[in-house]
Amino acid sequence: MDLLSHLALGFGVALTPVNLVYALIGALLGTLIGVLPGIGPVATIAMLLPTTYALQPVSALIMLAGIYYGAQYGGSTTSILINMPGESSSVVTCLDGHQMARKGQAGAALTISALGSFFAGTFATVLVACVAVPLSELALKFGPAEYFSLMVLGLIGAVVLASGSLLKAIAMIILGLLLGIVGTDVNSGVARFAFGVPELTDGIGVVTVAMGLFGFAEIITNLESTEKREMVAAKIKGFWLTKDQFKKAWPAVLRGTGLGSVLGVLPGGGAMLSSFASYTLEKKISAHPEEFGKGAIQGVAGPESANNAGAQTSFIPLLTLGIPENAVMALMVGAMTIHNIQPGPQVMTSNPALFWGLIASMWVGNLMLVVLNLPLIGMWIKLLQVPYRILYPAILLFCAIGVYSINNTSVDIMLTVLFGLIGVIFVKLDCEPAPLLLGFVLGPMMEENLRRALLLSRGDPFVFLTRPISLGMLIAAVLLVLVIVLPNVRRTREVAFQED
Amino acid sequence: MAVVRSPKDLVAGLMFIGIGIASIVIASNYTLGTAARMGPGYFPRILGILMILLGAIIALRSLRVTGPPLPGWKWRPVLVVLGSVLIFGLVVDRLGLVLSTIMLIMMSSAASVEFRPKEAAISGVLLAVLAVGVFVIGLKLQIGIWPGAR
Repeated sequence: MDLLSHLALGFGVALTPVNLVYALIGALLGTLIGVLPGIGPVATIAMLLPTTYALQPVSALIMLAGIYYGAQYGGSTTSILINMPGESSSVVTCLDGHQMARKGQAGAALTISALGSFFAGTFATVLVACVAVPLSELALKFGPAEYFSLMVLGLIGAVVLASGSLLKAIAMIILGLLLGIVGTDVNSGVARFAFGVPELTDGIGVVTVAMGLFGFAEIITNLESTEKREMVAAKIKGFWLTKDQFKKAWPAVLRGTGLGSVLGVLPGGGAMLSSFASYTLEKKISAHPEEFGKGAIQGVAGPESANNAGAQTSFIPLLTLGIPENAVMALMVGAMTIHNIQPGPQVMTSNPALFWGLIASMWVGNLMLVVLNLPLIGMWIKLLQVPYRILYPAILLFCAIGVYSINNTSVDIMLTVLFGLIGVIFVKLDCEPAPLLLGFVLGPMMEENLRRALLLSRGDPFVFLTRPISLGMLIAAVLLVLVIVLPNVRRTREVAFQED
Repeated sequence: MAVVRSPKDLVAGLMFIGIGIASIVIASNYTLGTAARMGPGYFPRILGILMILLGAIIALRSLRVTGPPLPGWKWRPVLVVLGSVLIFGLVVDRLGLVLSTIMLIMMSSAASVEFRPKEAAISGVLLAVLAVGVFVIGLKLQIGIWPGAR
């Protein structure tokens, strides 16, 4: 069967010593930053993008992907042990995970977390492999009008399912689109928004924007708050699950995996949304909802599986359609572009080793994580005790070197610093930076598709409505907006995000 | 007299309006073209118009929908963190990686209320060694280690 031969090719690539090493580095780094608060996968991937220049494209993507799903594993460790989520997707794990730890069941919580995540990761990898071929074939039939509408749907979906003000998020997307325009217009050779600065004629780098908005701004915001973190670590007494715990947990794992796999594919979805949704689901269908918040194992098993499934399936739109649906995927687009790979459905046919190798290595990475995480818990705990005042200058240093190394000019650093300042202003005004990054990465592609679609239709703007697939996507986008604007849904959405 | 119920949204809305106007003004320097043959100014202009619209809606809603007040602004973290990175970028090619690193660590640590100079100095030296090992030797980046090495 074709699928098996694809997977064989993929594992052949993923299991080479070089790629195993990079998968390991990615997974460990991911766990590390998942454990450490104050730095997340977006900033880390942005920081490491420049250093991947020298690597083979496959190895680079394997490592960066490892960071994303590794962070899901790491985040749950801190949630359970010290009631502090290392990652936004681990917030719900704090609720019951830490309570379990307080009851002396920390080991069980950690174990079900790891096992559930591994199960979900395996399932999601198989799902990605199965879905990849049909979806790519479908996408190859898309013309520029369909692509444009798909990108609109993706962007709208991304903000609709995220938290925060919808209007401001859309405005941030448009700002991102505008920033993406900076540089030389491919069609006319005109330098746009460059203000006569030569370094801007090539456009602003994605690393610069991401590092400034997500890295620097986060560090500055952390420094502004002077709240002390409680470092009360719970004791771990053994890792095995009792029969009873296992019986209660495994249905939750299945449900979480299924839910996460579906939600991960949706635009704006991914790890965080999946974990929230899973917690809500588990609480609703439980025979004893009063147990939740006091150490119900389903409250850990479900969300932890969901967030891993969500993280992996969020690669599907990227690998098959070339559309990133959250900030991490936006950076993966950046990484692929740096290595001269045009993201889109043709990646599968023009670069099968890369495509299947990446998919296969996601499973390999998951395996490494489940094997390494539990023994290494002691080390992660020690690391948590490094004070932030020592940690953040180191993060700044790596960011600064990374940005500088792109072109060895100080202009890049100045731009990143500027984005850091802008990022702080955005945080103060409650404007989310993730939609901006999405718009920034998609901007040039959107303009190009708009241009081509209008060229082919000889200036008729209704082409987006007359072509059925394009019309369908735009209708879906409008529906999404309407659904969110309806008061009931809005209230539920806000409640869901208040759960911590 | 309209009451500003959500100051954050008002400022954000005005900011977006400003950006939209600026985009249209700058883009007016580029050829507009027609729908069928889009010029460089076409897309920016559409985006600018959308920005102004959204900014206006956000600003107007801020008069009706209550939101949290504007948070305070502490200068020290912003200036020290950004300033130290900026200086790093300016001096690294002249002073080399080791000295610039130590400077960056020492300066940026000062942004924290828990600043301890001796600790920062040791951290700076250790990180300088680590940085040279990982970036110059390991990843073969072209950054001079000592002053005047380039």
